[in-house]
Amino acid sequence: MKMKTAGATAVAAAALLALSACSGGGGTSSEEAKGELNYWLWDPNQRPAYQQCADDFHKANPDITVKVTQRGWDDYWATLTNGFVAGNAPDIFTNHLTKYPELIKTKQLLPLDEALKKDSVDLSIYNEGLADLWVGEDGKRYGLPKDWDTVAIFYNKKMTADAGISEEQIKNLSWNPKDGGSYEKTIAHLTVDKNGKRGDEPGFDKNNVAVYGLGLNGAGGGLGQTEWSYLTGTTGWTHTDKNPWGTHFNYDDPKFQQTIAWYAGLIDKGYMPKLETTVGASTADIFAAGKAAINVNGSWTIGQYTGYKDINLGIAPTPTGVNGKRASMLNGLGDTIWSGTKKPAAAAKFVEYLGSAACQDVVASKAVVFPAVKTSSEKAAAAFQAKGVDVTPFTQPVKDGATFLFPIADKAPKVEGIMKPAVDAVVAGKNPASSLTQGNEQVNALFK
Amino acid sequence: MTTTAASRAARADTALHAPPGRAGKPFWRRNHGDLRIALFFIAPALLGFVTFYVVPAVRGTYLSFTEYSLLGEPEWVGGANYAAIAKDPLFWNALAVTGEYVLINMVLQTVLALGLALLMHRVAKSTLIRGALLLPYLMANVIAALLWFWLLDYQIGIVNHFIEALGLPRVAFFGSEAWAIPTQALINTWRHVGYTALLLFAGLQAIPRQIYEVADLDGASPFQTLRRITLPLLRPVIALVVIVTAIGSIQIFDTVAVTTQGGPVNASRVLQFYIYQKAFTESDFGYGSALAVILFVILAVVAFVQMKFLRGNESDLD
Repeated sequence: MKMKTAGATAVAAAALLALSACSGGGGTSSEEAKGELNYWLWDPNQRPAYQQCADDFHKANPDITVKVTQRGWDDYWATLTNGFVAGNAPDIFTNHLTKYPELIKTKQLLPLDEALKKDSVDLSIYNEGLADLWVGEDGKRYGLPKDWDTVAIFYNKKMTADAGISEEQIKNLSWNPKDGGSYEKTIAHLTVDKNGKRGDEPGFDKNNVAVYGLGLNGAGGGLGQTEWSYLTGTTGWTHTDKNPWGTHFNYDDPKFQQTIAWYAGLIDKGYMPKLETTVGASTADIFAAGKAAINVNGSWTIGQYTGYKDINLGIAPTPTGVNGKRASMLNGLGDTIWSGTKKPAAAAKFVEYLGSAACQDVVASKAVVFPAVKTSSEKAAAAFQAKGVDVTPFTQPVKDGATFLFPIADKAPKVEGIMKPAVDAVVAGKNPASSLTQGNEQVNALFK
Repeated sequence: MTTTAASRAARADTALHAPPGRAGKPFWRRNHGDLRIALFFIAPALLGFVTFYVVPAVRGTYLSFTEYSLLGEPEWVGGANYAAIAKDPLFWNALAVTGEYVLINMVLQTVLALGLALLMHRVAKSTLIRGALLLPYLMANVIAALLWFWLLDYQIGIVNHFIEALGLPRVAFFGSEAWAIPTQALINTWRHVGYTALLLFAGLQAIPRQIYEVADLDGASPFQTLRRITLPLLRPVIALVVIVTAIGSIQIFDTVAVTTQGGPVNASRVLQFYIYQKAFTESDFGYGSALAVILFVILAVVAFVQMKFLRGNESDLD
């Protein structure tokens, strides 16, 4: 019943306000402080960088001030939706690829084309493909890219050294869905049971494993961003018929199902922890506790992995796959303008600044994410290097064009609502990979 | 669950202090004279009731016949949402999962609370101990859930550490399909059992001492006393406790939301969480509202049946 009260809360609040009119509360006027913009983001690590951007922007444009607000991921979207309905959403806000199609459909975003044309903004300064992510199905541009991320292997150098695996070897792994290639052999060799037997030795006890070769984040739902997309990406399989704005999903493809079956098989062989054990503590923490030798994770976790003091950390690219190449999902955030903003001109100006090399260089200098602008990306890599972290495994795929775009589709939350339990069931060993065909039918029925 | 705290207290109040009909001024006169003052005192509660319950309930019912994404206008679709729900396997799954949760809670909580209440009544007379039983209840649901989420964690939880030290295999309390719901039911029981015991304890104190003395003189065994005197006379309070527990646990949401979020697979996708998922995650407020209306009907039926069955509004003491 709680949900029903949500809409009425505003009504009730209004009624209460009316009752207490003598206390002088009349709501804040939106016209005060002319030229003040509100900007929201969810990542606390990036807040200092963007505050600096806002300050610099104000120096260059004294008429406009920008108030930066950070909220945690869950709060962020709930508050934002309330803001759209109540009419007090921020003028500019950080947007996510799974969320923005819905916002275009409900007309909450302002197209930027005219403003960008007027100010002749150059879109070629961004890394390949990133700018395309923010063009709607209607051909209009709704955002400018701000950063990007890829996935790579984090490994425990002490464990690989103990297993006699050289850095050269771990940086040149190969994979196929039939026998797993040298990737599976390495994972098996890095797995150690309670008696000290390795996963590829006779007498290995798969029910009493002390160190798993490969850590597990979760089953990955319908995206598999850090779980299996770096494998399926090498098989020629794609999530949707076209990207962005696909309307047909391919979870019934044998190439996809074979990969998932191989992935779930690692658990069965004892090389990867059971899915049920992954609810709770983060994969990275478990890695830091020495319970896994390899983790595949996103570039946004670099800070977390390098922050563990007792781990001698190595970073390697994901294995080459069926097509002989590596593959990493390329995801990126963008800044968008709310259609209800009262200062569209000022907002457009700030979005352009956020997407410029000037602001993204500031973001780069903090070494927390990779900015979208090519030159700033390089500066960020250098900033990481200065901290003693070689991030080449994350940046190389972008340079080599060994990436594929995060699948953008309408109804993404509904697709995930169907695919998360479906993929969970397969990775948990409850259903065979062929059961994903049924989930695929449900997903595709959404688009009819 | 959080919203029921106040109503629980209110209900407890009426049940425990049901005033016997008192003779005083003539009925019509008393009634007439108090009406305006009564209305004055009722007004704040009435205002809250109308704005927070009646209006949202009516609007929610209306929305259940529409397709509505919060942004944009609701679009009338008639009974389409209900037809879809009837065919939705996740809805039936949600009913089964919620039912399992409610059953564990109802049985466990009532039995444990009764035991505790008897102990409080007979043995633990110290206010400190009686008060301590209420401590978990003073904790917010979300905090209780997070606390146990960490204590019971598979990898780093202290409970699993002890289990392993005993030579037993670790248990994925939240990760395994078999354990997810029982674990959360146990957490809820842990949090509420003290409060429930307090209600029963108050009921025990209302039973006149003479009856026990007579039973003693007649040579009744403690078990006979419990079965023939305590339980029957406690029935209205037990009825209240069972109803409150059932209604409270049907509305389970927060524990699931901060721990398993419906998973693993669909093992903890309880009705309230499914409503939340449909409405707030998938922006399908029409469908979510229809589910909420169904939940409302279920709650009404459960309350009605239990009141009828357990004759909770009558007392044998009169």
